[in-house]
Parts: sequence; structure tokens; C-alpha cells
Amino acid sequence: MLNQNLKLNTKLFNPDVEKKTTRHGFEIAITKLGGENPNVIAISADLKDSVGLKNFAERYPERFIEVGVAEQNMAGVASGIAAMGKIPFMASYAIFSPGRNWEQIRTTICYNNQPVKIIGSHTGVTVGPDGGSHQALEDIALTRILPNMVVLSPCDEIEAQKAIMACSITKDPTYIRLTRNDTPIITTTETSFSVGKAQVYYSPEIGLANVGIIATGPILHRALLAARELEKSGIKSKVINLSTIKPLDKETVISLAKETEAIVTVEDHQIEGGMGSAISELLSKSYPVPIEFIGVEGKFGQSGTPEELEKLYGLDTESIIKKALLVISRKKIN
Amino acid sequence: MKVMETISDATINELKKIANDIRKKIIEMLSEAKSGHTAGSLGMADIFTLLYFYALKHDPKNPTWERRDRVILSNGHICPVLYASMAKSGYFPEEEIMTLRKLGSRLQGHPHREFMPWLETSSGPLGSGLSQAVGMAITDKIYDGDKTFYTLLSDGELNEGNTWEAILLATKYKLNNLIIIVDRNHIQIGGNTEKVLPLEDLKDKFKAFNCFTTEIDGHNFREINNAIYQAKNNKVGVSVIIAKTIPGKGIKSWENNYEWHGKAPTKEEAELAIEELNKNYA
Repeated sequence: MLNQNLKLNTKLFNPDVEKKTTRHGFEIAITKLGGENPNVIAISADLKDSVGLKNFAERYPERFIEVGVAEQNMAGVASGIAAMGKIPFMASYAIFSPGRNWEQIRTTICYNNQPVKIIGSHTGVTVGPDGGSHQALEDIALTRILPNMVVLSPCDEIEAQKAIMACSITKDPTYIRLTRNDTPIITTTETSFSVGKAQVYYSPEIGLANVGIIATGPILHRALLAARELEKSGIKSKVINLSTIKPLDKETVISLAKETEAIVTVEDHQIEGGMGSAISELLSKSYPVPIEFIGVEGKFGQSGTPEELEKLYGLDTESIIKKALLVISRKKIN
Repeated sequence: MKVMETISDATINELKKIANDIRKKIIEMLSEAKSGHTAGSLGMADIFTLLYFYALKHDPKNPTWERRDRVILSNGHICPVLYASMAKSGYFPEEEIMTLRKLGSRLQGHPHREFMPWLETSSGPLGSGLSQAVGMAITDKIYDGDKTFYTLLSDGELNEGNTWEAILLATKYKLNNLIIIVDRNHIQIGGNTEKVLPLEDLKDKFKAFNCFTTEIDGHNFREINNAIYQAKNNKVGVSVIIAKTIPGKGIKSWENNYEWHGKAPTKEEAELAIEELNKNYA
């Protein structure tokens, strides 16, 4: 059952659940921040409308910087703004930032430890029809490997707003992973959120869970659907929303592993180097249990609808159920 | 210190003496470190001297003073000249320069703010210093407007596309608080710049990008001063000073030899070089 304490969207299992994009969450939050905090500066690399900076640009033109199609420059410019004590948000598609400008992010932002906020939209195969060139499947790996970097991956439009507001007051370089298309609203404005905290969104009504599912980003919705289906067939699961990939909430993850002795990680990203890798880095050392990974298996994406691509790349609810059953079968029999 | 339209002979003589001392420190620290970049560090000694001992609005005893001018060194490999200038002007004890490139030193092989927080930026990977300077200069335009951003680039790093992205943005914002000084020494790690990837006509290139561009002798204090004075009083846009320098300047047998780009002198070579510099004030 859904964690009642978190006041999640009660309609999240309805077929007509409300859907919005996480990048829209950024748009709402950055526009609000622009009004509240005169030190916030937004930077665009010629994608202001599609990443959600249109309103900010109109309302606060003096604090909106358009650098053109030049993501490498954008990273350095953002670092320079942060060096002057201001709060820069630089926004583009994740393929270009942190894709194309990774070294500039490493050296000018992370090595300098400047609190730049990097918005990477259009992540995952669920970008859809634009095709593989625009579907960022490597951004978690690229960012989580960088010292000083915080990596956030909100599950819906509401959590995206909270992530943006929260990171605006931290001193850390931060990457926020966003998505192109409408996805189900999972949380509500009353759902708690804090950077670095993983939360249990679904757990058995009674007793301990047989399997733990750790999901990040909007694909969390698929994980919750899978948990409900598993429950119907008598398999108890616990689902965690891992909206902060780095720093990892070790305590919550280890406690899930101890309870379930079997973990499935779920992300719309390459399996290699992604969130699942972070989980297995932790658990292989601290509490080894069988782990199965939902993610893209070393391939590039392609055009299609998000639903078709989810199915093709094994990111749909059915695939999560299969991996859950598989990982349970791998448990050591005492 | 305020840059004046004219600079007196007495001041120039003082600055020459300081530059000579800075060159000696560069050679000492590189020889002690046993690795590092000699040619570019010596070539830029006169420009750094004019900046740190004449042009900059700064307070070495209060290095985080908010209203200070900023020096953004993009080609971080010539940091020996930066460290020597900072030490001599009082940011840290001069004896500390002998820790260059050693474990735990504040003076990392390429500048790193985490170790030396009084640096404006970390650098090493080429081509991104100007972007940071542009970000700083835009921010100052929005909020304060009372600082000058001196950005030092190598000619070799003009190979990097990132630099030209930054120039496009700097001219879009007409950043007259930004002064770009290009160390035009015609060498890069692989040889002559015109053989590796030709840059000429460099002045025309900057002009075509709408920069106010001057070309000077980077070892002539009067010319350096005049160029900075003109740039500071340029109300219209971005200033570029192409400073023609001699790599290895000061040590006759090292001058213009690209092999000195990335190596340090041995103890014996260093002793001879310092002797040569001492003769200037014998």
C-alpha cells in the first residue's frame, strides 16, 4: 500500500491520473525563484522555451542570459556567475549539458566547487520521437562520478519544483535530471522532500517485504504499478523513491536490503554507471544481496512513442515484475 | 593603484626590477619542483608585474575583498608567474613558492582554488577561462559595475572553440569591464602556433568578432600600460590586447625555444640563469 504519511496523490493508480512534465516543474519553480531571490540568474543555450525559461526571461530579462548554442561556454559562464556569489541555473538538454560540456562542468564547476545548478532535460528513451541522438541515457553516470556534485532526479512535476527550490539554497554544484514528456503526478505539495533523503512510497500492509524496488525519476510510477501487481499475486514489495542519487541515502538503502534480501533498481538510463550501479557499489560492500537492474542495456535509443520504447527497452511495468520475480528466485535459501 | 595615461620612467624602472625578481623566483621554484612550464611563465613576467604592482585594484592582505579587480588566468600552466607575483605582492609568504607541485602544497601544478582559495579560478584544461571571466563580468554589470576583469589567455588555447564561444558572448554584452590579454608567443606544446594550427591574422580575427584590438610589445611597460589604460577607458566594448612576448624572456639561450614550454631547469641551469638575471642589477 502507498505510504499514507507522505500524502501521495491518491489518484496515482487511476488510468486517468493527471500527467505533467518534470521540466514544467522547473519552469514553475525558477519563475517563482526569480521573484523571490534577486541573486538567481538563469542561463539558456538557445532552448529557453523548451526547457522552461520563457517566463523567467520575460519577467527578469536583466537576469536572463542567452549564450546561444554554446553549452561549453554556458558551463564556464555559470561558474563565473557563481564565483561572484550569485546563484546560476543553466538549462539545456542533458545530451548537450552535461553531455557536450562535461569537462567544463568538471573543471570550472566541480573542481572549483562553485554552486552552479545544472538542469538537464530530455533524459531517457521516453524522450520518444526525437530519436536516440536526443535521448540522454548517460547523464547520471557523467554527473555522479564528479566529486562535489549532487545529483537529483525528481519523480514528477511537483517533486521537480521542490528539488529546484531546495537546491537553490545549497552551496553544492547540483545536477537536476528532467524529462520531456507528461508523466503521472505521484506526489502532492504536502509530500515531504529533502535533498539526500530516499523515501519508502509503497510497502506491504502487514509483514516484511520479499523484494525491494528502488526507482528514480518518473519511471517510479511504473515501479509502483509493478508493486501493486505483485501484491495481487501475493508478493510483498517495498518501493523507494530515490530522488537524490548522490549523496546516496545509504541508511535507507541498506535497511531495505536487510529487510528484503533482494533488490531491483529501476531507471530510464544506461544500466552501466547509472543509479543501479550506485546501489550495487554500496550494497556489494555493506550488505551484499542479489540485485537486478531495470535500465537500458548498452544500446542507444531510437524514435517511437514513449510507451513503445519503454516496452522495447524493458522499462515497462511488466519488465519490472519479471525482474522482481527473478531476483526473488536468486535469494539464498537459509 | 590607478592606471595613468602616462607612466613615469622611475615607475618603469621599479617595475623592471620587480619583473627581474619575479623571473628569478620562477626559475627557483621550477627548478625545485623539477617539472613545470618555464617559457610562458618567464614570457608573461612583465605583464604580471604591471598588473600586480601597478594596474590592479586589490588588497593582498584582504584577498577576498569583494570590490577587487579579478585576474583570471586561463592557461593555468604558466601559474609559476602567477604564484611568484602573488607572493611578491604579499598574498602569501615568498618562501612558500618553493613548495610548488609538492604534496599538500597550496601551489598545485596547475592552479586549484580548493588548495589556494585566493585564486579567482582553477585552470589547466585550456579554453574555459574566458567563459568564466565573461560570467563574472556580466554579473558585475548586473549588480555592481565597479570592477575590471583581466583575463589572460595563451595563443595556443585560441585553438579551442570554447574561447570563441566566449568572445561571441562577451561582445554581445559589450563587456567593457573585460580586458583580454593574449600571450602571443607563437609557441604551443607541439611547436610553432602557425604550424600546429595557424592563427594569423589574429588581430583581424578579433576585430571581426567586434573586439577593440591592439597589438603591443609584451615586454615594454609603457606599451602595456597604455594598452590597459585605453582598455579601461573603452566605454564601448570588449578590449583585446595581443601582447607579443618572447617565450623564455630574460634568459638568452632559452628565448624562443619551444622546448622550454613544458620543462623545468636543472639546478645547474637554474644557477646560470639566475646569475644572468643578477647581472641586470650588478
